[in-house]
Amino acid sequence: MAIHSTRARLIQRTATHAVLIVFALIAVFPIWQVVNISLRPGDQLLSTSLEFIPAQAAASNYIRLFTERDFLRWMGNSSLVSAAVTVTGVIFASMAGYGFSRFRFFGRRIGLLSLLTTQMFPATMLLLPMYIMLIKLGLINTYLGIVIVYSATALPFCIWTMKGYYDTIPVSLEEAARIDGCTQFKAFYKIILPLAAPALVITALFSFMTAWSEYLVAAQILQDTTLWTLPVGLKSFESSMSTEWGLYGAASIVVMIPVVVLFLMLSRYLVSGLTLGSVKG
Amino acid sequence: MVPSFVLLAAVVFYPFAYNVVLAFANMNLNKIQDWQIIGLRQFVKIFAEPTQPDFYAVFGKTVVWTLANVFFHVVIGVFLALLLNQAIRGRSMYRALLILPWAIPQYIVALTWRGMFNYEYGSINLIITKYLGLPAVEWLRSPLEAFLACILTNVWLGFPFMMVVALGVLQSIPQELYEAADIDGASWWHKLRTITLPLIRPVMIPAVTLGTIWTFNNVNIVWLVSNGGEPSDNTHILVSFVYKAAFNFYSFSYAAALSLVIFFLLLVLSMVFVRQSRATEAAY
Repeated sequence: MAIHSTRARLIQRTATHAVLIVFALIAVFPIWQVVNISLRPGDQLLSTSLEFIPAQAAASNYIRLFTERDFLRWMGNSSLVSAAVTVTGVIFASMAGYGFSRFRFFGRRIGLLSLLTTQMFPATMLLLPMYIMLIKLGLINTYLGIVIVYSATALPFCIWTMKGYYDTIPVSLEEAARIDGCTQFKAFYKIILPLAAPALVITALFSFMTAWSEYLVAAQILQDTTLWTLPVGLKSFESSMSTEWGLYGAASIVVMIPVVVLFLMLSRYLVSGLTLGSVKG
Repeated sequence: MVPSFVLLAAVVFYPFAYNVVLAFANMNLNKIQDWQIIGLRQFVKIFAEPTQPDFYAVFGKTVVWTLANVFFHVVIGVFLALLLNQAIRGRSMYRALLILPWAIPQYIVALTWRGMFNYEYGSINLIITKYLGLPAVEWLRSPLEAFLACILTNVWLGFPFMMVVALGVLQSIPQELYEAADIDGASWWHKLRTITLPLIRPVMIPAVTLGTIWTFNNVNIVWLVSNGGEPSDNTHILVSFVYKAAFNFYSFSYAAALSLVIFFLLLVLSMVFVRQSRATEAAY
């Protein structure tokens, strides 16, 4: 009996590992593909081999990416746009979330509900009217235009997250500060804001990711190649006639690494923030 | 605080209202200044007039797309979470590797998979022909296979979210429940059905609601994997169809009307889900 159950456990454990390894391989396979392509020298891009590391691995694609293409410019553009969206997101979401959490005012319920409802908007629902507005305002082909659209997409979720987090911070903290002579605003930014740091991290990350990895809006608004952000630039490597897979692969890796590292470090935060936001009405 | 509300009104509520107005008008690229309200014409066009591609066909595909994706996301996600919720060696390494698909920007996922589905050089066909000995598949050139390619891509990128959510709840289930069940001699399957699944349900339902909305509205994957609905607009779901109508055909009012239709579909759907989760809360 005892031997039997030990063996059963061994089989079960082996099976668990086997299944997990298969799924881990599936999860990693496309990423390894990108790494592999990025390391292939120019004449082997259309290879039919499935070697783990290509035969004559070389960094030539990476060198070409930085020297022959506008990759650095796209990166600068993307950083600028993402930074602007992150700052806007953090400032406005931290204040609006606070308002929704602490004050009872006319239209609060409607406001909160409509924030949730925006999550059901199909992408075109805000994009199309904004696109027409931007045409009329002459903001097509400007960073201001795209920062406005990205902030609009990211804000509802960020406000909701911030509001959910503020709700967990006791009001008595501010009341104590007010008794000690703080104004409401000072109590907010001296006491509450530092406590809400985890939610601020999520808000910043979410705003940043929205801007850093968005293609469809950027493709419509940024038509001038000198304004292109990374996604539009990367997509340009892949044209219907001939795809420059080597450059695409190298660019993807460079774009991906910081985001993936950031994401893995903060993934625990992200889920607690998400559930907090959705469970706390 | 006031400025944030003003901003919110300007960037969310005003465009929404503008979209509603547009839906009842006749604006396109040529009539950007002198458009007029023409009533329900755009909606008649959506529901009653033959369009290329047909609204009902696209709607059908959207339903298949959403159901297939959410189903596999949840099944794979919960299954992996159950495996990861044991004391096994290398747990955090597996967890990190399995989260990867979620971490990568979606457009890179889409473009990479599009490359992998390439007929001659894509690794999927290479695996199929070299290791499985089967004939190569015309992934991106035939309608059914192209649609399947989009679904495969999206299943890959979406399961980690469900896995992480499920793992979070699983860890909060008190171990005593299982110990008590063990004393009663309950089988693994029995414990899964009577303890685990009912307890993760309340959290999974909001996650499934969110997942359904995200999948239904995910224009990125379909657009980039099928390169704008190729072959010949056969791989559209509703949102990619609207995107095409708006930004390739510039039929602004038609696209606005269609956006509104999609929005109401999702609103009804999530109300059903919310009612469902209220019922769950009442039951436990």
